[in-house]
Amino acid sequence: MRSTLFIKISRLALATVAAGVLGGCATSGNPKDPIEGFNRAMFGFNEGLDKVIIKPVATGYEAVLPSPIQTGVANFFSNIADLMIGVNNLLQGKPAQAASDAGRVLVNTTVGFLGLIDVASSMGMEKHEEDVGQTFGRWGMSDGAYVVLPFFGPRTARDTLGLVFDVYTDPVAHVDHIPTRNVLLTTRLISDRAELLKADKIIEEAALDKYSYVRDAYLQRRRSLIHDGNPPKFDPYSESGDSKTAGQGEGAASAQVAARN
Amino acid sequence: MRLYALLLASASFFLVPGVQAKELAPDELVKSVTEEVLEVIRKDKDIKAGSTQRVIDLVEKKVLPHFNFQRMTALAVGRDWRQASPAQQQALTDEFRDLLVRTYSNALTAYKNETVEYRPFRMQPGDTDVTVRTQIHQPGARQPISLDYSLEKQPQGWKVYDVVVAGVSLVTNYRSSFGNEIRNGGIDGLIKTLKAKNSSLEASTRK
Repeated sequence: MRSTLFIKISRLALATVAAGVLGGCATSGNPKDPIEGFNRAMFGFNEGLDKVIIKPVATGYEAVLPSPIQTGVANFFSNIADLMIGVNNLLQGKPAQAASDAGRVLVNTTVGFLGLIDVASSMGMEKHEEDVGQTFGRWGMSDGAYVVLPFFGPRTARDTLGLVFDVYTDPVAHVDHIPTRNVLLTTRLISDRAELLKADKIIEEAALDKYSYVRDAYLQRRRSLIHDGNPPKFDPYSESGDSKTAGQGEGAASAQVAARN
Repeated sequence: MRLYALLLASASFFLVPGVQAKELAPDELVKSVTEEVLEVIRKDKDIKAGSTQRVIDLVEKKVLPHFNFQRMTALAVGRDWRQASPAQQQALTDEFRDLLVRTYSNALTAYKNETVEYRPFRMQPGDTDVTVRTQIHQPGARQPISLDYSLEKQPQGWKVYDVVVAGVSLVTNYRSSFGNEIRNGGIDGLIKTLKAKNSSLEASTRK
């Protein structure tokens, strides 16, 4: 049976992108973020949703469940995700990683009791992080505009397209028994959120402007992921505005600093 | 949302290289300072009880001498750095350093038996700008988090000028918000915002 909930959400996501693009909205001139006004509004919406519903539930989940059980739950969903991570590695022309991902699923599903224990990691089979957006990036598709989706949060245009495929191929979304599926989807959401609770405070403290801090971290992180952790070194430093001018300014600034030291 | 976790973990390891021995190679520096700081954190009862001030002291004593905060600030500010007078540059550097130290010292109090793996390091004899790669393993976590240090050679030894967590530079990640502040209120506006941010953080540490 088709997962209607997810189809609805994907449609909503696409509609949001369309609305954002058509809406235009205010910008502060970041070329990666042409619909900043819209994005900020959506960011605020997501933050509100998190504050009112998701975070309180995740906090309760973390307080009530013993941590080995929380780890087991997180491992269970991580194991399911390894399936499509393997497929994406294959699509990206990395058969060795794909084979390792398949091996992880095999080992963790059997020896690891349906994925509850991550035996594969302790055997040295590294967990990877891949998705369709990264696969597109690997194929040379550029990332396009930054967009904040409702519920899903930060994406780029390319990663939004990738997300649609991720959602359609999500094994959990294809569970036939609808109540079971919904319980699984909710549990996964809460489990993911609970793992991030401690990080909230750090972001609040570190950021002058949480919106742009999260946006820029997302963009840097995606770039790093597409290059499997080894992006060309120069780029992150020439991201602001006109890259040529920024580059020259940088050089001068560094030279100045170097001279003083 | 995964980002938050990465940034957190990053934060928990804002420990770095340096020590007095300037003869050490960059990778050895990173390792010796990291291990030294972790050793203290594992044992110190006040830190275990969540004393942020204690961690700040530790970071200032062991870690700060090995950072080039002026270079970090110049990178975070970007092209507007040239517009700033030497006094403004100094003020920016002081405030940015305070912000980073406060934020990440706070994060260090959340330390929970993470271990650090040092990735293989290569450099050519004449290199003056290198990256030392490490990975943080959290007990129970499925994936390690990469934590890379960019260092440059200075007359006083190797100095860190950037920390990159899971692909996110903690320095350049500030660039667009700094740029916005400067557009709205000039360099002095940014200095003022940073000062206000630091005093609110200081107030909450005291509580």
